[in-house]
Amino acid sequence: MTQSAKQFFDEMQGYGGNVRAIYQAYKHWLSDVPTQQLAAKRAEAEVLFRRVGITFNVYGEEDGAERLIPFDVIPRMISASEWAHLSKGAVQRVRALNMFLHDIYHDQEIIKAGIVPHSILSNAQYRPEMVGVNVPNQVYAHVAGIDLVRTSESQFYVLEDNLRTPSGVSYMLEDRKMMMRLFPDLFKKYPIAPVEHYPHVLLNNLRSVAQTGVTDPTVVLLSPGAYNSAYFEHAFLAQQMGIELVEGQDLFVRNNAVYMRTTQGPQRVDVIYRRIDDDFLDPLVFKPDSLLGVPGLLSVYRNGGVTLANAVGTGVADDKATYIYVPEMIKFYLGESPILQNVPTYQLSKEDDLAYVLDHLPELVVKEVQGSGGYGMLVGPTASKQEIEEFRLRIVSKPSNYIAQPTLALSTCPTLVDQGIAPRHVDLRPFVLSGKTVSVVPGGLSRVALKEGSLVVNSSQGGGTKDTWVLERDDVCVDTAQSQMAAQQMNQEAVIC
Amino acid sequence: MLSRTADHLYWMARYIERTENVARVLDVTYNMSLLPSDSSNEEELWDTVLEIAGIRDIYDATYKELNAANVIKHLVMDSHNPSSIYSSLRSARENARAVRVAMTTETWENMNTLWLEFGQYIKQDLTKTGLSEFCEWVKSRSHLFRGVCFGTMLRDEAFSFVRLGTFMERADNTARLLDVKYEFLIPMQEANDGAVDYYEWSAVLRSVSAFQAYQKVYRDAIEPMKVSELLILREDMPRSLHACYAEIMPILRQVAGSRQTEAERLAGQMHAKLHYGRMLDIVRDGVHHFLDEFILANRKLGEEIQRNFLSATA
Repeated sequence: MTQSAKQFFDEMQGYGGNVRAIYQAYKHWLSDVPTQQLAAKRAEAEVLFRRVGITFNVYGEEDGAERLIPFDVIPRMISASEWAHLSKGAVQRVRALNMFLHDIYHDQEIIKAGIVPHSILSNAQYRPEMVGVNVPNQVYAHVAGIDLVRTSESQFYVLEDNLRTPSGVSYMLEDRKMMMRLFPDLFKKYPIAPVEHYPHVLLNNLRSVAQTGVTDPTVVLLSPGAYNSAYFEHAFLAQQMGIELVEGQDLFVRNNAVYMRTTQGPQRVDVIYRRIDDDFLDPLVFKPDSLLGVPGLLSVYRNGGVTLANAVGTGVADDKATYIYVPEMIKFYLGESPILQNVPTYQLSKEDDLAYVLDHLPELVVKEVQGSGGYGMLVGPTASKQEIEEFRLRIVSKPSNYIAQPTLALSTCPTLVDQGIAPRHVDLRPFVLSGKTVSVVPGGLSRVALKEGSLVVNSSQGGGTKDTWVLERDDVCVDTAQSQMAAQQMNQEAVIC
Repeated sequence: MLSRTADHLYWMARYIERTENVARVLDVTYNMSLLPSDSSNEEELWDTVLEIAGIRDIYDATYKELNAANVIKHLVMDSHNPSSIYSSLRSARENARAVRVAMTTETWENMNTLWLEFGQYIKQDLTKTGLSEFCEWVKSRSHLFRGVCFGTMLRDEAFSFVRLGTFMERADNTARLLDVKYEFLIPMQEANDGAVDYYEWSAVLRSVSAFQAYQKVYRDAIEPMKVSELLILREDMPRSLHACYAEIMPILRQVAGSRQTEAERLAGQMHAKLHYGRMLDIVRDGVHHFLDEFILANRKLGEEIQRNFLSATA
């Protein structure tokens, strides 16, 4: 493990040579701070997070114990030039995905062109109810979480697109608030791009996708309720945007419109930022036993009486079976070449790919096409022989349910762990917002796999979060770093003299 | 404001107020039971406590014997008794938890602390370790709850519905207390040749913190009619029916806005009755009769509030 650890690109140390330019000033600062002091800061953060109640529930754990997602005090930094590349690529991707969703529910040009196979229409995430439905501005994925990983200085890959109800943005905002509180001096040193305006941009976008003719739309956030694992985020965002946090029981449908029950009588709702999956939205159309949704909602939606964000049926575009076609979509719809690359992917529905994958399971990551959250997944290099053999049986019984990818050498970032500061693997989820325009707030959710050697960053699998620092200018910090190093050198010289 | 949010806030306040009133009655009854008297009297005394809370049936289904220890246990910590302090506090906190973001941090933290501290009390045998101290704690926590709401909440609808819950519950509780005690004490008084039981009636007053007020207002011996007047008609007596409706009326007018609601009409009607009513007339028709009607009318008003504001059905 130690030998292979050297192969990983580190966000601070690169391949072990010089500290990377953007981290130099930070590294200098870090070397002056005793580890105990960092641990004390982390403990302080934990107390504060608990008081605010930033906890999540883990499915399948007894008594639904509330847990805190571990927070790491060492930031993950992204240079201005890297960010320019990543954000451009993420925006390009979301633009194409929105066009794909419109196309797949209308003329299906991309199928006719033979780029995406016809079989996509039988994907479980494809919603025939959406065929021919026109959504405002043709925006389907109002909020998209694009998961990125880095494998070398210059190589980023898109791991997956999250287009249904992506979560985690409250951590981007709360981690930043926490870092500014714990380390105000670092924010003076670094030109760190602010992220606090995220709720403002989101609200503006949501207002911009109301039905035509509505000048002052009422926007609400629809949550499954206090027992949902992401409830804190729902409450947090509703509060930040100053909109009502509603549950299914608060809404009802009448005369082709959606209303919420208020103390002043029924009030019309124009835009619903829903954090409930498609399946639970409307018991008349989807799961009939769902108590979370609103009976009749889909019918109003299809007639344009209300806007749902994200739209119904976006799951077909972020499914792992569709993922492989995204680079082609970008060329097809935008006539541009993709800025961000996909991870090379084997489709197990293809015989050649299946044979190769079954021969190389210990080296590969195998994922379920309709799974999420890292549960239905095999990480070959860290799995036991037994786990591999169990998974092999599952693959063989239904190969088309799976895709496989090479194990990526995910970059690491210095992280405070029990043994001190050590490299741990990270990924990055920027949040791309679509309304009248498509934009991305400079930052994102940086997840870190706290277990040594682990490549799984999901919070349900023991992952933590870090603040993500996107730098506004690259020159400044290098200069600061150099001048500080120079100052340090001078000091040392002074001592020697 | 969302009806569900208003509903949670309203019921949170009602449950806190209920807790306080149960504690008040328990405390005073316990102190009464320490006075020398024969044991049959003590049984009747505890029976009135069950009557006030309206839980005779549930109690009988659980306990064979009617005694202090059982009644206290039933009213403090029995989870299957919906009127127990345990049930009320749990409901208050559950309601608060559902709308945490609608209230101030201080209000929420106060509710949470209340629940956590209660957890310490129920581990003890209260009849041994001091029921009075526990009841004092409940009362002071309830005072603190109202204080923290009053001192920190924006004067918006959320605040209005919290206040509304408090006074709706208080009106009901005061009326029940007076009604049961009146029924219990007046026949005894007749049997005793009209001699008023000073201790009994002063206990009634103490249970609504009105003993000193009585002395101040009447400067006279304790008489059932004056006690009734104080608790029904005096607007300046904070737990009287009149005082409660003096709060309820403007709140309902305010939250209704330009709408005409049945709730506001009912409240106005009752307020007029209390504001312009005379004790002579109430006594002529029967205090018990008056209180029974009041309790029913107050319940009807609660249903209208629910219908007009809190469930807001299509």
